[in-house]
Amino acid sequence: MFWRRTRPESGSAGGQPETAVAPAAADPVPADVPAAADGAAPGSGAGPAQIADGVQASRRGFMARLHSILRGGPVDDEAWEAVEETLIAGDVGARLAMEVVARARDRRDPGGPEAAVRAELARLLPASTAGPWRPARPDRTLPAVVLVVGVNGTGKTTSIAKIAARLAGEGDRVLLAAADTFRAAAIEQLEAWASRLALPIVAHRAGADPSAVVFDALDAAVARDADVVIVDTAGRLHTRHNLMEELAKIRRTIDKRLPGVTPEVLFVLDATTGQNGLAQAKAFHEAIGLTGIVLTKLDSTAKGGIVFAIEQALGVPVVFAGVGERVADLVDFDTDAFVEALFA
Amino acid sequence: MFDALSDRLRDVLGRLTGRGHVSEADVDAAMREVRLALLEADVNYRVVKDFIARVRARAIGTEILESLNAGQQVIKIVHEELTNLLGQGDRTFRLTGQPAVVMLVGLQGSGKTTSAAKLARHLAKQGRQPLLVAADPYRPAAVDQLVQLGRSVEIPVYTAPQGTLVVRIAQDGVAQARRTGRDVVIVDTAGRLTIDEALMDEIRQVAEAIRPSETLLVVDAMTGQEAVNVAQAFAASVPLTGLVLTKIDGDARGGAALSIGAVSGLAVKFLGTGERTDALEPFYPDRLAGRILGMGDVLTLIERAQETLDAKVAEKAAEKLRRNAFTLEDFLEQMQQMKRMGPIGQLLEMIPGMRGLAREAQGAVDRGELKHIEAIIQSMTREERADPSILNASRRRRIARGSGTSLPEVNRLMKQFGEMQRLMRLMQRQGGRRPALPFGR
Repeated sequence: MFWRRTRPESGSAGGQPETAVAPAAADPVPADVPAAADGAAPGSGAGPAQIADGVQASRRGFMARLHSILRGGPVDDEAWEAVEETLIAGDVGARLAMEVVARARDRRDPGGPEAAVRAELARLLPASTAGPWRPARPDRTLPAVVLVVGVNGTGKTTSIAKIAARLAGEGDRVLLAAADTFRAAAIEQLEAWASRLALPIVAHRAGADPSAVVFDALDAAVARDADVVIVDTAGRLHTRHNLMEELAKIRRTIDKRLPGVTPEVLFVLDATTGQNGLAQAKAFHEAIGLTGIVLTKLDSTAKGGIVFAIEQALGVPVVFAGVGERVADLVDFDTDAFVEALFA
Repeated sequence: MFDALSDRLRDVLGRLTGRGHVSEADVDAAMREVRLALLEADVNYRVVKDFIARVRARAIGTEILESLNAGQQVIKIVHEELTNLLGQGDRTFRLTGQPAVVMLVGLQGSGKTTSAAKLARHLAKQGRQPLLVAADPYRPAAVDQLVQLGRSVEIPVYTAPQGTLVVRIAQDGVAQARRTGRDVVIVDTAGRLTIDEALMDEIRQVAEAIRPSETLLVVDAMTGQEAVNVAQAFAASVPLTGLVLTKIDGDARGGAALSIGAVSGLAVKFLGTGERTDALEPFYPDRLAGRILGMGDVLTLIERAQETLDAKVAEKAAEKLRRNAFTLEDFLEQMQQMKRMGPIGQLLEMIPGMRGLAREAQGAVDRGELKHIEAIIQSMTREERADPSILNASRRRRIARGSGTSLPEVNRLMKQFGEMQRLMRLMQRQGGRRPALPFGR
């Protein structure tokens, strides 16, 4: 619902799934992979209504419950407790839910409890950035670099395909780097996407040094005059010190090969993640410095409430929401609308 | 995995220990903290509510609070209820039928494919002859992934031509097993959302077609409050028989598993403890409860040791220890044996009272200190390894150069090894405490 509401604002700048997908076939990048002969063009048939439906399905339970609780007459202790429970059930976290409710009660908002809780939730999120996300590129002569990181199984590779398709659709020359050299068939998975999207990809054999892949990808990007390099990294648990070190090494490789280029680091977070999501985000932030969050699988029944705690702790904005398995199923994350939608 | 939860609980409940008199208010204060600890561990809020209510009812309104060791009594109640939560459901892993069929289902990214390969390896070790079936035609390269994993664990993988219906893939896989005399079929299915009616219907049809004796839901240990709903939704489509809890080697507190057990009665049957294909453990609630309560899990450690250690090498080492002839050479051998058993942090954690050391040791491994130790020992001559006392300054400098480490590092190792030998001599005489490990500060 709220995605539909925000589309007029963000759509013109490329937020619409259709615009993100259609031009992929007419990609200006000289692809060194076979052109996407794939009849099932990625994202075909993904209308905005379907996406809205998908998101709505995940939101419905949470919002409807908050709504009914907060609309239902005089709010006594029991009702406030129910609000707290609803927030906890949405993975907001017990401590934060208690804080939000306590502050909402103190507010004595003339608009009633609904407005009070909404305002308190909104305060946890940074204000929406102007326009949809684009990788920072201060020096137009050098490619922008986007590193995509996260724990295992959150949807990094799929998100990369979606982001790549969107940027390519906006006219960027996109190059993919298969730096997940660890997981079985991870390279093949990214290659399959590159082939479908007709994008060039730099890959080494399985088990190769990820930093070496990145170095070569940057070389290739400069040689081909690419606009954006998107780097797929292996999923890693944030508690594995040496694997987190490997990320820092990739970062240093970028500094070495393209001095002055600050990579975007997108942290991919599965919306079904519970309180551990905060520990994940903190560890990745510490290791490599996050610049944005991609919240995936929002089309599920999960609520993604851990985002509030992450935003409160780190202030790293959520830039995209993944709402399905097709390439078009990636939408801009609008924080104001996100909170508002809790009550829709 | 459950460390953080158990640390928190012990912390909260520790305040109650040693106290003769405990008031109702004390119990309530403790219960508020326990509630928070459980919720932070992602235990479902409804499960937490019941849990707190039960503990409170048992603690208050009885003569417990009057007793001399009231604090201990309350802790005992919490432990009992916790063990009860962990012990839900039937844990038997049933392989019936010719061939027996095991199907793995779950959300995207929960770890089905990796778990399928691990399970195949696990069953093969028990003398079974598994066949893996790649029944995920949707995710790009999912079939490739299973084929590659199958190759690495030396288990055949059945794949179907592109475009084959999933029900057909599963059926053909079972038929293939029958033809080729494999006695267990492990079907890896595509990740799916519970609200995707078409895919949920598909998995129901697959289950009806191949009638698995085990249909395991694969659950990521980092899952939040939604875990219970996911489990219930899958259970409504297919007859689930248990859970595989994955990624427990992170720091997630694993409340999801507790909750699913409590709500749907499904038991965790296997734990995924790492990315290697041997990182799969059967789940024993009493042992895990022990781990949570800080009592260690010595049984699992012993089993792991029996599985991976070379008995002769271990015996030789023990004998040398007795004769006080334990050299650096033996030490290196032991270290390499240990490594085969899995991450050192996990191993030590299974030993009672070793949790702090386990963390430090894993840190040492991650920082590469063990590799340095290996390199140092490997840079020594045989004589030096047998008798470290001949290591003069010039030999030590050569070793530091040869191993790519530094003189202080070599000196530190030698000092620690000396201490270890001294401790072992002491142990021989007194049969007393365990030796300090040769790393850390």
